[in-house]
Order: sequence, then structure tokens, then C-alpha cells
Amino acid sequence: MANRIDEKFNQLKFDRRGGFIPFIVAGDPNLETTKDLILLLAETGASVIELGVPFSDPVADGVTIQASAERALRNPINVKDILEVVAKVRQAGCETPIILFSYYNPILQFGLRKFAAEAENIGIDGILITDLVPEEAKEFRRLLTERDLALIMLAAPTSSDERLQKICEKASGFVYAVSRAGVTGARIDSSSDAETLVKRLRKFTDLPIAVGFGISSAQQIKEVWQYAEAAVIGSAIVAEIARSNNSLEIVENVRHFVKELLVQ
Amino acid sequence: MDFQPNELGYWGEFGGRFVPETLMSPIEELTSAYFAVRDDAEFQAEFLNLLQDFSGRPTPLFHAKRLSEKLGGAQIYLKREDLGHTGSHKINNAIGQVLLARKMGKKRIIAETGAGQHGVATATVCALFGLKCVVYMGTEDMRRQSLNVFRMQLLGAEVRGVDAGAKTLKDAINEALRDWVTNVDSTYYLLGSALGPHPYPLMVRDFQTVIGKEARQQILEKTGGLPDCLVACVGGGSNSIGLFHPFLQDENVRMIGVEAGGKGNNLGEHAARFNKAGGGKIGVLQGTKSYLLQDEHGQIALTHSISAGLDYASVGPEHAFLQSIGRVEYASANDAEALAAFQTLSLTEGIIPALETSHGIAHAVKIASQMSPSKIMIVNLSGRGDKDVNQVQEMIDGTPSS
Repeated sequence: MANRIDEKFNQLKFDRRGGFIPFIVAGDPNLETTKDLILLLAETGASVIELGVPFSDPVADGVTIQASAERALRNPINVKDILEVVAKVRQAGCETPIILFSYYNPILQFGLRKFAAEAENIGIDGILITDLVPEEAKEFRRLLTERDLALIMLAAPTSSDERLQKICEKASGFVYAVSRAGVTGARIDSSSDAETLVKRLRKFTDLPIAVGFGISSAQQIKEVWQYAEAAVIGSAIVAEIARSNNSLEIVENVRHFVKELLVQ
Repeated sequence: MDFQPNELGYWGEFGGRFVPETLMSPIEELTSAYFAVRDDAEFQAEFLNLLQDFSGRPTPLFHAKRLSEKLGGAQIYLKREDLGHTGSHKINNAIGQVLLARKMGKKRIIAETGAGQHGVATATVCALFGLKCVVYMGTEDMRRQSLNVFRMQLLGAEVRGVDAGAKTLKDAINEALRDWVTNVDSTYYLLGSALGPHPYPLMVRDFQTVIGKEARQQILEKTGGLPDCLVACVGGGSNSIGLFHPFLQDENVRMIGVEAGGKGNNLGEHAARFNKAGGGKIGVLQGTKSYLLQDEHGQIALTHSISAGLDYASVGPEHAFLQSIGRVEYASANDAEALAAFQTLSLTEGIIPALETSHGIAHAVKIASQMSPSKIMIVNLSGRGDKDVNQVQEMIDGTPSS
């Protein structure tokens, strides 16, 4: 079994390239723009696209993504709407791996089994649940595995070796290494915690490792590529959405920003 | 049944730990630290000693004769948590957890607060031990409870206003969790109710069971028997679980938790999580699986109550369990009923209760009159109403008081 995520990381390895994983919140400021952004990110070199499910109480997020979720929730939006957007970009021929990044409750209310079935049909490749640690993930993991969907697990610098092992045993697709203790958000200082964490994770897994939280510049991405397979950029892209006045401007500003990020 | 959670912190299907991975190691560390002191005689002696000498326990169990006579029904006894230091039951948990934080070597304490009573209790115990204290509070609650904001500041705490969402308790907890996840090494999160990820619901309940243990002994001394009924208001659920828990094995003791009925039955108009028609449904919020007020897509709903301390979208998981097995009944009192009870108790007994507590009183008044005068009811008088006097004046006079 190899879904789009595995294939993509194999390809990156073969090409000796680092992966770029952009994050946006679905529905910010509307679903039409989200569709355009996914197609844009796929075209400008995203290895995997992380699509955030907006939630009313995003405890793991800093102010930038909190504000993005608030903008998204000004219009009625739910998990079904988000799956439909992904269906549209698949119909448009986009084959970039797409994973959802969600808090647990919206998925729980949608129905875990129903989510796994519909996500597979539509062409979602995996899901990451911010507030679902391995101890609580057993049932959902089983349902996702039946459908060849990846459950991407988070590992943190505070995680003990025992926990890292547990996380790696439950993870599929890739492991998401949180660069530092804290909420999401762009920070200027680069952290050596991330590199240490990635090295610790290698003891427990052969899966690719992506580093996220606080990465916002081309320089930081290059640093991450020295020791990990991919870098996740979230708040910095979301900030481009926030400073734009309309959908056209959003797409242009994000296009420009991503090109600058990936300049060699 | 021993009413203890399993090792993952579940009572039945309720509880657990739903937090970002970054918090799991600190939570595991907290769990081992707590279980190490839970049965430690020295720790428990220190805790009881502070409850006694610093907080003034045991609190009295007072026979509200005039109220009972007026209603012509059950004999109402009030467990006077309002007489404890800082004016509410919140001090019990604050003392317990600060002692634990000291054991763990944590120098910085953070807390959330709704009505401000937990914030004041935390700031008080931090002042006692010279610990740095930061309290998160929704700006709407800061407006409603400005006196408590000033009290916390007098006690040396920094009060950080939270402007997100409805600017109430839930938003303050979100911000406290964000602080904790950012400062895990230095910081102890002193959660104020029987909520959040395991071990908080268990630990907070344990520290609050002093209420029920005392009440049980006091009622036996005063009346020679157990009460027929216990009533307490339920926000997160710490004062109620503290009263109820020591009576759970006493099968003939009926227990009623009273939620905030707010101003209506529609989602957004109340804080009655067990009101299924009003949007209460099982879900996961802020670390625990319990009943939540939410829309059909899993977004947490806004809540409303005149009392900041009950104005919360979720309820402690042990309550969800006790409701599911039918051991505890849950009712609600609306804003108007609570306001009336606030005045009734003031007039008949010379006790001004907190608006939170007034919800419990309101329901007690409703059912006591249907009971025989030979029946005994204990109501947890969880806090005093000084903090609410300005707000109540505004509501009665229809004019701003300041």
C-alpha cells in the first residue's frame, strides 16, 4: 500500500530534495478562495498541503491561526464543505497529497467511521488531530488504516523517549515534529530543539519527518532540510491571507510569498 | 462501585486526555506527583492544617429555619463555604494544588477564572507562599466582576484579559492552556474546576471532597441521620462534586446538580449542558470528553448565564458519568429564578449568596416545598455574593451602579 504521501516522500528522497508543506485554514476567507489556494500551492511546489479545519476553540494555535479560524467561521462551514473542496481540486486534476489538520471535536461529531470512508472516496490522504494523543487514537487509527489513510502524529520536544516510541508506533505517512514548546506562530529565532527532537525520533521510526511551528523564512526552511525531510509553513502563509483585501490579492500575495520562500 | 476513574482518567466513557502532545509529558509528571501525595499522610496533614488555620475550616452547617418554615417543606441546611477564606469553596482546591506545585518545584502559577473566585483563591495562596501568579480572565467577566479583578491585583497577581470568543471562562481556559504549552518547564497550571485532562477532574474533586466529608459528619451530629437530598450548582462542577462524592455510596441520598438555565432554551441562551433539546451533546473540549453545548458540526456554542462562574460550555466528566448512570439528577434554574433566590436568601436568612450559588438555592426552593418537613436537604452555599452586589443592583434598578 502506498498512498500519495508515501509516493511523494519517496520521490523527494530520489530527487534529494526537501519537502515543503504549506498550511492554510479552509474557508478563510471563503471556500472558493481555498480551492484557488490549494491549486496554487500545488502548482508552486507544495509536497503536501495541510488544510486546517477551523474550530471555535483552537488551544494549540497562536493569534494568527486563531484569527484565520475566526474569519473562516464567519460563514457557515463544516467538515462536509471542506471535503467537497478537496473533491473539486481532485476533479481539477490536482494530485498533490492533501491532509486535514483538525481538532478532534469537529471530526468526532462528523463521525469517525463516516469521515474515514468519505475522506478516502474524495481523495484525502491523511489527517492530523492536534488534540488526539496516541493513547486516545486507537479506534480512529484503526478506521483510517482500513482505508489506507495516514494518521499523522505530533511529536514534541517535551515528549519522553517512551512517548516518542508510542507516537512512532501509531504514526503513518510522516511524523510531525513540533519545533518548540508553544502554540503555532511565526517566530524569528530558530530552534535547536527541533534538530534534537528529529534525531531522537530517528531511533524509533523510518518514516519521513516534517518540522513545523515557527518556520517562516527561506533560510529556516533550508536549515530544516539539513536534518529533516520537510518543513511546514503555516502562520506565515496565513498572515499573507490576513493582510490581503480580496481573493485575487490573496492568491497573488501567497503566490509571491511562496516563490520567495522556495527561491534557491 | 468505587467512583474512581481508570488509569487513563475515564469514568465510563467520560474523561480522558485530549491535549496537544507538548502537554502530555507535563501532565504525566503532574499525575505521578499527585498520586505520590494522594495518600501521603504528611502532605494531607499539611493540607488539612492550612484548610483549618488559613481558611477557617470546618465551615458550619447551618439550619436555615426561616427559609424552611417559609417554604413549609424540607428542612434546609446550608453548607457555609461562603464563610471560608476568600468567600468560596475555591480556596480548598487552590491550597491543595499550590502545595503540590511547591512539591514539584514550580515557581510560576497560572490559572483561569470565570467569576473571579478561583482567581482570587489562587492569588491568595500564591501570595501566602510568595509564588508568581498570572490569572487569565475573559474581558466580559472582568467587566461583570471588576471587584474580584482588583482583589487579585491587590494580592499581587497579574490579571490578563482575554478578548477571544464570548470573553468568558472557556476563552480564559484556552489562553491558560496556551500559556502552559509555551512555558511547560517553569509553570504549574492551577485549573479551578473538576474539568480538563486527567488528573485534574480527579484531583480537584479530591481536594473539594472536604466539603462533603464535613457535611456528612455535621448532619449526622445534628440530626442523627443522613440527609434525604443534596443540592448544588454546577458550572464546571467542583463545589457539587465536592459535596456529592462522600455521599455517593449512600443509596438513599438523592442528589441534584443545578445548571444555569440562562434566559432561554435555545443554544446560546443558557449553560445547561445536560439539556439535550438545548444543544447538549457528548464531545471533546479542553482536554476532556463530556457533555458540551455545541452546534451540529462540533463548533462549541456560546453560552449565557447571569453568573460568570456557571457560564461554561462543558461540564466535568465525572458529572457526565454520574448523570449517565442516573446516580445524580441534573436540573436547571434560569436567570430570573436565580436572581429571585439571591434576594430570598438575603431576606430570610441574612446571607447574600453568590449568583452561582443562587441557582442551587432556586432549585432547592422549588423542590423543598414539595417535601415533607421531616425531610432533610443540604444545599451547598458555595460562595458569598458580595462580588455580585453591583451587578444585581444594575439588574434590579435597571441602572448602572458605577
